Amino acid sequence: MDVVNAFRIVAVGDSTLVIEFEERIDTAINARAIAVAETLRAESVAGIRDVVPTYRSVAVYFDPLVTDYDALMRRMAEAAARPAASSARAPSLVRVPVCYGAEFGPDLPEIARFASASEADVVDIHTRGTYRVFMLGFMPGFAYMGLVDSRIAMPRRETPRVRVPRGSVCVAGVQTSVHPVDAPSGWHLIGRTPVRPFDPARSDPFLLKPADEVQFYAIDRGEFARLDGTHPATS
Amino acid sequence: MPSVRIAKPGLLTTVQDRGRWGFQSFGVSVSGPMDAYSHRLANAIAGNGNDAAALEVTMTGPELEFEDARTVAVAGALFEVWIDDRLIAMRSAVEVVPGSILRFGRRLRGARAYVAISGGITTPVQLGSRATHVPSGMGGLGGRALKAGDRLPLGSVAGATPRSPAPHRPPLAPSQQAWALPDGHAILRVLPGPQADRFVPAAFDVLQSSPYSIAGDSNRMGYRLIGPPLEFAIRSDVISDATPAGVLQVPAAGQPILLLADRQTTGGYPKIAAVISADICVAGQLAPGDSVSFVACSQRDALAALIAQERSLMAASARR
Repeated sequence: MDVVNAFRIVAVGDSTLVIEFEERIDTAINARAIAVAETLRAESVAGIRDVVPTYRSVAVYFDPLVTDYDALMRRMAEAAARPAASSARAPSLVRVPVCYGAEFGPDLPEIARFASASEADVVDIHTRGTYRVFMLGFMPGFAYMGLVDSRIAMPRRETPRVRVPRGSVCVAGVQTSVHPVDAPSGWHLIGRTPVRPFDPARSDPFLLKPADEVQFYAIDRGEFARLDGTHPATS
Repeated sequence: MPSVRIAKPGLLTTVQDRGRWGFQSFGVSVSGPMDAYSHRLANAIAGNGNDAAALEVTMTGPELEFEDARTVAVAGALFEVWIDDRLIAMRSAVEVVPGSILRFGRRLRGARAYVAISGGITTPVQLGSRATHVPSGMGGLGGRALKAGDRLPLGSVAGATPRSPAPHRPPLAPSQQAWALPDGHAILRVLPGPQADRFVPAAFDVLQSSPYSIAGDSNRMGYRLIGPPLEFAIRSDVISDATPAGVLQVPAAGQPILLLADRQTTGGYPKIAAVISADICVAGQLAPGDSVSFVACSQRDALAALIAQERSLMAASARR
């Protein structure tokens, strides 16, 4: 069995089954997990409460009084073993404007020291990448994206900040993200975006979805003020 | 729109329905009641559907003033509950009239009570649910705990047969509840896994060897437990994956955290075991300073316990 297709199914308590692919941050494994989650959602098995793909796993939450455990296990095994069909939803390319540095990115100087480069170089490296949304978690709309260039992939802070403002663009190891709401965080803050990754008032509250691709581009403070609270174009 | 006014909020009173299911893949926590059994029981006695929003009361209860005639039921933690000057029985349907004041007095046992009002609480639905999740500011009233002066809109009870005078309905006897309210300590049944292999083979026995106490910084997201440390065989976090309610995740120091209603959707600490669904509601009746013991069971035991709870809830609904 090849690496991408190797899997096992494990129970977590009495109402969750999880398909685990190889424990690795890998685009092909992640694409597989996302596709399997879509397949299982489309099959609408009785009693399913939620299907949650992550970096390399798919959790199926079910009602044990409604769902036939053995039948669900079989369907999950079939979905996991089936060759990956192309995803029903075409991933978007989302361009996210960022005002880097100064009070929006208090950790930019530290990352520059880590990279033995200038702050401008760090911005250049961060904006040059195209990042995959591997999964969302932690809080509404928080996307785990990667992979960040190893030169600026600084491990997370020893002491997390108690409160990080909404819109903060951050880096931790090979991961990068945008804070959808004010929250504690141990990631390094390098800038801030005026767009809202999560806005419950929007018809689509979530800017980023699993398998989307994201590019960051630098803006100045004037542009930040002009774009505050807007929704960026996706293609 | 008819409403109920919060005269005093109590320690932490929130609007909860069955939870915000279906959006965990976008990082949205499920939330919902800490004791889903008592939430459903209160709704059943008040004549509501399973999914109606009710109040979750924590440790110190609120004072509510009604604007119209309603049927009210309180279930879960045992409190002295008054309507005007009358001490009412918990787990019984009680009629209130315009101007009635429902007041919580002394707490006798358990941590969380549920107040269901006929017609249900009809605060705005956000992502399919009215459940309050304070950490992300979602649901309920402004995504926060209730404050004095708040008014909660109530659903229509039109179509229901008027009940005056109220027929006498004796409260459910304790034997009709599927489980006993814990008094400072609970035994919770667990199933091993999914990452039990990250720990030394003895760790699952250590987990069951003596009680763990619930630390002061525990809350609706989870209980931090203090007790015999659980030793890792492989000392590393896992790549973040899904974190169902009841999971016992273990950070590097070896002290487990029991994940509950407001937990984050994903996490990277190894999970040694998970509390069975039927016992998560028992855990919901505990508070900081209380203790828990864990005992292993089988998938079959877990399902049998859940069926017993379901039978008792169906019996309570049938009494209406």
